[in-house]
Formats: sequence, C-alpha cells, structure tokens
Amino acid sequence: MRRRAVPLPAMALAAVAVAAFALPLVALAVRAPWSDAWRHLTTHEARQAFVLSMETSLLATAVAVVLGVPLAWVQARVDYPGRNFVRALTTLPMVLPPVVGGTALLLALGRRGIAGQYLDDVGVHLPFHVSGAVVAEAFVAMPFLVLTLEAAFRSVDTRLEDAARTLGASQWTVFRRVTLPLVRPSLVAGAVLCWARALGEFGATITFAGNLPGKTQTLPLFVYVRFEGADPAAAIVLSLAMMAVSLAVLLALRDRWLGLR
Amino acid sequence: MRRLWAVLGAVALLAACSRPEDAPAVRAADTLTGGLTVFAAASLADAFADAEAVIERDHRGLSITFNFAGSQVLVQQIAEGAPADVVATADTKTMDKLVAAGLVERPAVLARNTLVIAVEPGNPEGIAGLADLARPDLAVVLADPSVPVGAYAAAALDHAGVTVRPKSLELDVKAALAKVTAGEADAAIVYATDVTAAKGRAASVAIADADNQVVTYPIAVVRATAHKRAARELVTELARGRGRAALRAHGFLLP
Repeated sequence: MRRRAVPLPAMALAAVAVAAFALPLVALAVRAPWSDAWRHLTTHEARQAFVLSMETSLLATAVAVVLGVPLAWVQARVDYPGRNFVRALTTLPMVLPPVVGGTALLLALGRRGIAGQYLDDVGVHLPFHVSGAVVAEAFVAMPFLVLTLEAAFRSVDTRLEDAARTLGASQWTVFRRVTLPLVRPSLVAGAVLCWARALGEFGATITFAGNLPGKTQTLPLFVYVRFEGADPAAAIVLSLAMMAVSLAVLLALRDRWLGLR
Repeated sequence: MRRLWAVLGAVALLAACSRPEDAPAVRAADTLTGGLTVFAAASLADAFADAEAVIERDHRGLSITFNFAGSQVLVQQIAEGAPADVVATADTKTMDKLVAAGLVERPAVLARNTLVIAVEPGNPEGIAGLADLARPDLAVVLADPSVPVGAYAAAALDHAGVTVRPKSLELDVKAALAKVTAGEADAAIVYATDVTAAKGRAASVAIADADNQVVTYPIAVVRATAHKRAARELVTELARGRGRAALRAHGFLLP
C-alpha cells in the first residue's frame, strides 16, 4: 500500500479523541484496589450478577437476531408505504432515555399494561423476572443489529442472488446460501454491538425488571448499587472486569470474523 | 440655570417612578442573592420546589437550582467535587460522612419523616401492617438497604420480626413507590411524605409506632461554596423560615 502523508491536525484531533476515551478507563484502572481485586470478583453476589448479565445479554442478542434479521431484510428489500416511519420507530430505543424505555415497557407489558394485563391472565409476568431483563435489554439493543444489517442487505449485489435464482434455487436457498454469507460480517458486527449494548444496559432494566440480586440485578445494576453504597471498590473492580470482557470480545471478533485489521 | 432645572426635573421624575412598594425588593441589605445550588434527597423534591417559589419571591436576586437524587449519590457527588452550595440528605448517617470528611459545616435539623406502607388506592389487598408484607401472594418492593429508606425499612421489619421476600430492591424511594403507583407491586415501604406526594395514586397503611423509624433530615452548607453567606441564609430560610410551611404541607414533621 502506498503511504500518504498524514495531515497533522487530523492526527492531533484523533489523539484527543483517543485520550477522551482512554482517560476515564485509565482512571478506573488507577483507582482500582488491585490487592483485593480477586476477592471482589469472586464474592457470591458479584459472580451471581456476572453470570446473570452474561445470560440475559446473550438471550437478548438471540432475541434480537431472531426478530432483527427478518426485520432488517424486510426494511432493505420490501418497498412498502410507511417504511421510513417503521425505520424511525425501530431506531427510537437508541435515542430514548433508557428509563423512559423501561417505563414504556412497564406501561405496555407490566401487570396493568395495555398488553401485559392479558399476559398476566395466562400467567406470564415479565417485570421482576429474568425474562423482563432480557426484554428490556433486547428492546434497547436490537436497533444496533437491525441498522447494521439493513445497510448490509442493501449493499448486497442482487445480481448474485438473481444468478442463483436462475440456476433454480428457491428464495429461501438464495437467502441461506447467497445473501446470508454475503452479509455475515455485518451480522456478526451487528450482533456484537447489540450484545455489548445489552451487557451495559441499565435504565430500562432497572425500571422494567427491577433490581433483585440473582434475579434481575445484572452487572451494571450491581455496580451502581455498590458504587453509591457500601462498596465502591467492588464496583470499580467489577466495572473493569466487564470492560475487559467486552474489549476482549470486540478485539477477538474483529480479527477473526470480520477480517478487518 | 437651565441645566439645574433639567437635573431637578429628572430627579423628580425618577422619584415619581419608584413607588414605595418596590423599596424592600431593592434594599441593599438582602444578602440572600445570586445563584445557589442545593443538593437534596429525592424525597424533598416537592416540598423544596414549593419553598423555592416562596423564597425566590421574597428575594428577587436569588436563583436556586436543585439537584435531587438519593442521599448516598449526593454524598458521592459532593465528595467528587460537584458544585453544591447546600446539601440536605434523608438521614444523618449519610450527612455524617460529609461531616467526617470535612466537606460541610455543622448540619441543622431540617425536618423529620416516618415510614408507611404504600399500597394501591383503596388498599385492595387489605394490608393492615408490616406482618402482612410476609404474605407470599403479595408483590412487595423495598428500597435497597444501601439507600436510607431501605435501611430504615429493614430496621422496621427486623424490629417487627417480619421476613419479607421483596420482588425488587429499588435504588430510591420514588422508584419503589412508582412500582406501586404503576400497579406492578402491591406494597412498598416508603416515607409518609411520598404517599402525600403521590396525590391519590397510592394510599398509606400506618406502621406501628413501636416498629417505626423516625427519619431525620439534616441540612448543611457545603464548605467549598463560593457563596458562604448566602448559603447560610438559605439554610436558615429553609429550616427555620419560609421552608417550614412548605415542608409541613408535604407531610414532614418539623423539629
């Protein structure tokens, strides 16, 4: 590759941006009580919150993939009236304050909610339950997958699909054997973004699902409770652990599946 | 000579314009002035909003900005150097942390509060006291024990010998009450004032005096304030002056 002169102002501003991201994380690492770190990581409550966060964020990502892939495909390929409105609607959770999202979920799916009262009749209670945390996380995180994937579906060269179809492949086979492999990097990237957002979800979860250790107290909630309460040291250690896991996953996936360096 | 007349005329005109009623508002002696930031416990929000209106009417040069949050959040924020002039917490324990750290002046008692059980309007589950909260058919929500109201609730339940399996440990008292007003929980232990503030969207069931906890709200001037004199006057006004009627109207007990 031909090397080009890098403009100095761009480098300087980029360095400022990197510093802005790095400084708070460095501060956490500097302030962390490293001598007790292991003890803080392995307390029963911390492990419980960690496991719960992994479970709920992965389940939320699974929900987002099952519902989000068809949604992204429809948005990219089907021309129907109101498509832009639907796109705006399904992007809204990205900009909505999560607490408002959680309240909206409560009004929709809570015990007295407009849909939740019927769920209640058949014995489904989302609030104060693990499934509530999954719903809250999926609600907030799914747009990250859908937006990424919709752009990918649009950029697929449809002549490849047409070629497959002329060779006799059914629509499903075309999707499975041609379209999906072409968008796989975006699917993985979208799913990872979605998972990362779900892992960090706080406001919608606490508002909709509540905060009960072992049940709905995910890692961000645990960190918040500890940080303002008796044990800020544990909060810092757990935050660092969460960051390390996310960073590792983001790095690994980028190299392995996206083929980007 | 003509110039003298012009000056005299102008003075007369000015005198005519300033009506005597305006005099107190512009008197130089009013030192309760400028912009003051008050960090206050979430449960004080409504009473302080009313007090603000009255106090700012008396002191035209004054502009109060509030930051309402859980007391432990306020302590954290002030410890990290947040620009507060006055702080009022929902218990003495959190305020003592600020006192111990030398971050505030000596606190005064602002008001007192008691605990009640918040239930849905009309008390459909027929909850009569703390003992009922152990019923397995009830969805009970408490505040986390790291939050003052959660600690008081735990103490009250402990004293009454009642074991509750809460559905959630909320992060502040308003969040706990919101679960009841949203119909998601059947009961929550909150401050008496919070049910007053819910204006009919929740009802209260009394907790026996023997088990109940008296909650003291201290208020203090933050040492780092750039407006020490005004901050001290505002504390006096809130705790001893115009703030009292507002606090009483919202269900607080006064010292």
